Amino acid sequence: MSTMTIAKAINEGLRASLTNNPKSLLMGEDIGPLGGVYRVTDGLVREFGVDRVVDTPLAESGIVGTAIGLALRGYRPICEIQFDGFVFPGFNQITTQLAKMHSRSGGKLTVPVVIRIPYGGGIGSIEHHSESPEALFAHTAGLRIITPSNAHDAYWMIQQAVDCTDPVIFFEPKRRYWLKGEVDTDAPGPASDPFQAHVLREGSDATIVAYGPLVPVALAAAAAAEEDGRSIEVIDLRSISPIDFDTVTASAKKTGRLIVAHEAPTFGGIGGEISARISERAFLHLEAPVIRVGGFHMPYPVAKVEEDYLPDIDKLLEALDRSLAY
Amino acid sequence: MGSTQLPTPGINGTGLDQQSPAGGSSSDPAAEMIQLLGPDGKLGTDPVFSDYAKRLDPEQLRGFYADMAKVRRFDQEATALQRQGELALWVPLTGQEAAQIGSGRATQRQDYIFPTYREHGVALTRDVDLAELLKLFRGISNGGWDPTENNFHLYTLVLAAQTLHSVGYAMGIQRDQKLAEANGSNDPKAAVVAYFGDGASSEGDVHESMVFAASYNAPVVFFCQNNHWAISVPTEVQTKVPLFNRAKGYGFPGIRVDGNDVIAVHAVTEWALEHAREGRGPVLIEAYTYRVGAHTTADDPTKYRETAEETAWRGKDPLDRLEKYLRNEGLADDAFFEQVKVDGDKLAAHVRSTTQSLQGPDFRESFAGVYAEPHPLVAEELAWFEEYSAGFEGDEEEGTSN
Repeated sequence: MSTMTIAKAINEGLRASLTNNPKSLLMGEDIGPLGGVYRVTDGLVREFGVDRVVDTPLAESGIVGTAIGLALRGYRPICEIQFDGFVFPGFNQITTQLAKMHSRSGGKLTVPVVIRIPYGGGIGSIEHHSESPEALFAHTAGLRIITPSNAHDAYWMIQQAVDCTDPVIFFEPKRRYWLKGEVDTDAPGPASDPFQAHVLREGSDATIVAYGPLVPVALAAAAAAEEDGRSIEVIDLRSISPIDFDTVTASAKKTGRLIVAHEAPTFGGIGGEISARISERAFLHLEAPVIRVGGFHMPYPVAKVEEDYLPDIDKLLEALDRSLAY
Repeated sequence: MGSTQLPTPGINGTGLDQQSPAGGSSSDPAAEMIQLLGPDGKLGTDPVFSDYAKRLDPEQLRGFYADMAKVRRFDQEATALQRQGELALWVPLTGQEAAQIGSGRATQRQDYIFPTYREHGVALTRDVDLAELLKLFRGISNGGWDPTENNFHLYTLVLAAQTLHSVGYAMGIQRDQKLAEANGSNDPKAAVVAYFGDGASSEGDVHESMVFAASYNAPVVFFCQNNHWAISVPTEVQTKVPLFNRAKGYGFPGIRVDGNDVIAVHAVTEWALEHAREGRGPVLIEAYTYRVGAHTTADDPTKYRETAEETAWRGKDPLDRLEKYLRNEGLADDAFFEQVKVDGDKLAAHVRSTTQSLQGPDFRESFAGVYAEPHPLVAEELAWFEEYSAGFEGDEEEGTSN
């Protein structure tokens, strides 16, 4: 066991992947001597050399497109997209090429590419640096999408992403990069399947499902509700595609009330998908409609007002009140 | 005839400095275009590429003709199959046989090819069963062949996306070869050929692929078939300078070759592949050719171009000029050309019968290929579909289906 930040845990996870898998390599902008704008790849080029930690030209379609070619040659590229809002020049390569290659080849080709994307707001940054575009990728079959919320998961899930035969988008909760946690580097522990949700806190009155940066918020809201005598279950989804509906359904059936929280806008989002599936699977167990807590239908607002935009403890408590009063 | 203003083998890209651009106009390509075999069937000379042409023995030259004739016959058959409702769509290659056979025959087995979707001639040179190409156009597969068998990738329909895959693949070759050399391996060196067209040259991915290829000195040959028309839009709308000149901006050699001259295309591609395999970086080849037919069977060229233009290009036909040369030099006789025709008809018959026997897959198979590893949502949806389908079992026998 050792204590480290999420950023350091990803760094150590990448180091382990590069060590254990000679075909893996990192690609991205400024990931070499600088170690990435968030220093997640700090020190790796010194250790593994420029053939395996590749500073690329400044072109996201180029990064993803060449990663696909490397994967076709038998490599396992791990791409860093510098910020969430900059993934879109690579969107075509991800959705029309990477996601479909296995399918259109009749299963003959595999493209085990990992795309790391720091995502989410709350860092007081400028335009295009605080977005949560996960739903845009979740709608595309062929991709897997996972996101850790703590250091231990970050360390193991990045390695599991590299080992996965399918393309994986690895969303990193950037405002939690410096959140420290215990990491067992010897073993991932029980329930280590990266596509499985984790019940972080058991409860009986209502369930909050969250992922990535909002998991600590959900836990804090549950703790605050407990002071009012409410017993709240908290689920860390961990995987956005596929979604572990079995775990969510079991919890919804148990508590009868479900809140889904994410930073991304609620319209057309992951919360809507979970809400629909749970209404299909647990309709007669529900005591209240599934409530979504998320961003508004607007471009991510300027930093000075992002506190109003982002889901926080109060918004979650308000949603719990509504659900419990229904 | 060949120009004297050529990139010189052995000079890494800098030879281009002696190559004069045509002052921003692509209207007079003759002055800067490599040509060995003219429309009159006479073989000219070139200070660099004649040496490559001299390597060709009569058997190879006859083979070039046979390949071109075969793929043209295949093209006619596929067009007919589309007209008869056997294919949803067809993309004819007629007119571009020399560009494709010449370049394809210059590749070696260890090289890897990324086509767009009109490279039926290149597929032939890579020993892909041409009937397999039709699966895509018959709507029974989005691929159709195993790309790893002949190092011939699947067709790519999102234009230029494959140019980046080519460069990434070439970056993989570089790493493999570094390792192989460290282990004392003598395996032949490999390169990648990225096929695209004058229309796709406007896509951002072509730009990014050339930036990446130049930055990493990747062993890739960009092979642009400038067939003058991107569906209905002429090359002049895509570029104000000859396309091969763009290479200069990225810092690697660019060559324009007469794309209807199979001997010159073969020579230039061999040179470029050697250049790439030897670690001297990428090359851009612009094969100056013409799409004699329609863009696809859904297209109508009479709406946007003059028949006079088509007629003029038919006068530069790649097969006619090689036939003239082979006959003039006494390298092929009537019996040879008769045999080529018989072989072409045989291929056409094979393609026709195979195509007609190709049935659509069971829809359930579509679930299997989405992911390589088990996926709960796909499994759940397949299970639902199975159950749903089971509800109709027996209906057909009772005649109540549909």
